[in-house]
Amino acid sequence: MVKKIEHLEMVGITKRFPGVLSNNNVNIQIKTGEVLAILGENGAGKTTLMNILYGLYKPDAGKILLNGKQVSINSPKEAIALGIGMVHQHFMLVPTLTVCENVILGLSKSFIVDIKTATQRIREITDTYGLAINPDAYVWQLSVGEQQRVEIIKALYRGANLLILDEPTAVLTPQESKELIQLLRNMSAQGNSIIIISHKLHEVMSLSDRVTVLRDGEVCADVCTRETSQDALAQLMVGREMAPCQREGTFSPGKAVLELQEVYSQGDKGTEALTGVSLTIREGEILGIAGVSGNGQKELAEVIAGLRKLSKGKISLNGKESTKMSPANIIEQGLGYIPEDRLRVGTIPSFSIWENLILKDHHQRPFAKHLLLQNRVIMSHSSSLVEKYGIKTPTLETPTSSLSGGNIQRVILAREITRSPVALVAAYPTRGLDIGATEYLHSKLLEARSNGIGVLLISEDLEELMSLCDNIAVLYEGRVMKVIPVEEANERVLGLLMAGIAEQAS
Amino acid sequence: MNTKFRQVLKQVLVLLAALAGALLVGALFLLLAKSDPIKAYTVMFSGPVNDKYGITETLVRTAPLLLVGLGIVISFRSGIINIGAEGQILAGAIGATAVGTSLPDMPGVILLPLVFLVGGLCGAIWGGIAGWLKAHLSVNEILSTVMLNQIAFQLYMFLIRGPLIDPQEVSYGTGVPQTAIIPAQIWLSKLIPGTRLHSGIIFALILAVLVYIFLWRTSIGYRMRAVGAGPEAARYAGIRVEWYLVLAMALAGGMAGLAGVVEVTGVHHRSLEGLSAGYGFSGIVAALFGRLHPLGTIPAAILFGALLLGAEMMQRAVNIPAAMIMVIQGLVVLFVVSSDHFQRNPGSLAQLKAKVFRGNVDKEGGEL
Repeated sequence: MVKKIEHLEMVGITKRFPGVLSNNNVNIQIKTGEVLAILGENGAGKTTLMNILYGLYKPDAGKILLNGKQVSINSPKEAIALGIGMVHQHFMLVPTLTVCENVILGLSKSFIVDIKTATQRIREITDTYGLAINPDAYVWQLSVGEQQRVEIIKALYRGANLLILDEPTAVLTPQESKELIQLLRNMSAQGNSIIIISHKLHEVMSLSDRVTVLRDGEVCADVCTRETSQDALAQLMVGREMAPCQREGTFSPGKAVLELQEVYSQGDKGTEALTGVSLTIREGEILGIAGVSGNGQKELAEVIAGLRKLSKGKISLNGKESTKMSPANIIEQGLGYIPEDRLRVGTIPSFSIWENLILKDHHQRPFAKHLLLQNRVIMSHSSSLVEKYGIKTPTLETPTSSLSGGNIQRVILAREITRSPVALVAAYPTRGLDIGATEYLHSKLLEARSNGIGVLLISEDLEELMSLCDNIAVLYEGRVMKVIPVEEANERVLGLLMAGIAEQAS
Repeated sequence: MNTKFRQVLKQVLVLLAALAGALLVGALFLLLAKSDPIKAYTVMFSGPVNDKYGITETLVRTAPLLLVGLGIVISFRSGIINIGAEGQILAGAIGATAVGTSLPDMPGVILLPLVFLVGGLCGAIWGGIAGWLKAHLSVNEILSTVMLNQIAFQLYMFLIRGPLIDPQEVSYGTGVPQTAIIPAQIWLSKLIPGTRLHSGIIFALILAVLVYIFLWRTSIGYRMRAVGAGPEAARYAGIRVEWYLVLAMALAGGMAGLAGVVEVTGVHHRSLEGLSAGYGFSGIVAALFGRLHPLGTIPAAILFGALLLGAEMMQRAVNIPAAMIMVIQGLVVLFVVSSDHFQRNPGSLAQLKAKVFRGNVDKEGGEL
């Protein structure tokens, strides 16, 4: 049996990657039953630190003390043997196997697998912590939140009593997040230690006992959660005062720049994803699309960009019908699009910054003359964008894949906005971004609005929608439940509409 | 600049290590075939650089390898894999021969470019078919190009045995499957008298530079690389992915077709059996060895030209089966492709070291 972790300490941890000092003399400690939050912006070194603790990286300097004794952890296997378990942001489960089979995967040493005993033990674990999971269910049948619980069970089954969770709520709906927080509290109450990596302040506040704030690879604060506040933490994390974004001025609708009339379209699986969507976005308006993801948001963005066929209906962009236009034509007509998948769709990861900045304009003057790329023009254009949009990169030649999520989003934003579109579709533009990057993106969207661009903002974050949008449309099962002015919107009304309940919401 | 130089140096070292590894395993096979690997490799490596003959013959083989390799670079960079260069070479060669022999009185200034154009076009069509099938019917390009090789080979053999056979062969009754000689005004000039080295190598070198400019300095090249590196992002940016897949395969086929033309106009002066000599496959290896870069493919093509020649010499000197050469080539491909892993993940060399080292520890630990 694994020994209980009474006290764990990481002392003077330093880790260098080529060109980056990811952790610099970092100290953290955690006691039994404690929930420690590691807070920091993307790129602050949180994940690196946890990967060191889990044996995935070797620190250049520093030591790990477990119950006062120095240990060396060279692989996840050794970490597990010491009672440390980790739940990664991306789950490592086999969809076609059952929960039980996934949990015992790689554990069994004999040829014949004893499923019965394993199921029994899993039931014990789920009963102890109130994890409502059926061990016989197939993983593909489970929701994202349930899959995450399977990951937690996997760690517990292996005897973990210190759990590391990397951005656990990034993939969850608000409801699932609440359940997870409840679950983690319950687990810590029963004597487990939990380290949670996060940049979401309200979660950290509601869950943790102590907070260690990382900034640029260094610990800049180590405080008791009770003795601090959300604002104080935000300032520590970002290193300056925050000015929350809020739209200003009254909404004076201009002419319609993007209009959808009774649009029908099929999803990837051939089922109807959009069933008669009608929307109007006007000059200088931010129209929000609220809804639980998977209710047609992806398809909505794609039909507007011409990347998905309509089965019925009509779209007009800037006064012209764009229903049957090619994607290139729609871009030319003035549509900007910040896609949901910024790594595979929004940018080409192996391309350099400058190549991604001209993705949509590489064939046009001044960037190309007689088919020849004008490198001097492109370079000066790119370096001015890098400066103007604060893209943190060593050089213009750096492959985009090596940038952080926030910086990749800045590259996309820079490209889409400098094309001065008449309408801009932004799909989950702040998903996974830290506060600083989110704040920046919000300010740019508002700037676009005041420049007369019609913005369609798809988001799951109701707070974001209510602070930026002029009107909010709620999408449910491929149709618009209702479009409400932001003044009439609140979480209850939107929540009911998102659940497909129209009557009580009015 | 300095770091870039070091990176390139490291890449070269890893590639040479891969080559050495392949040859080391190859030595085992040579031993199995009861040949002396040291003697064999001595001939293989000294032969091609020993004298004028070795060097010029190496470069004679470099020209078609480089041309094929350039086509491979274009197609792989555009995200489509061309295994069909062998058939495209034949298509180019036979097209060039047909035009050349049917217009014997046309001046070389017109006929030579025409022959190159037609040969390149024939290869481009042959490659383009696979590209079209991939883009519009999602037919796997590896399968279709391999099959098209078979079709091209049989068609080619039919043509040089039947409709295009040298009338002399018929009148003498010998019936060797080869076409008539192309008119002398379109024979590529010899660079060094008394050797077979012809100006095709210069043509290939110029094309290498042009392909580099095309892929990295033009908007079309940019689009093709975008389609290869991120098809979804390319589509998002309004690039017609399907069209560029067809174009990539057509260009790749065209390059291979030109290799066929160069072999006809520079070396054989006719189409005959065994003209492609496996260049269609060796060219793929050369392109991979050149890190799918047009300029990197130049030294790689020279190296493989020397290897091919060295292998022929070794075969004669040590009397080993010709199949052995294929074995060694195959090993080189395996090693080069595997070494790619170390190029992409800078830390993995250190990891490998650690793994090997820790592997021992684990075994000891296993006793506990």
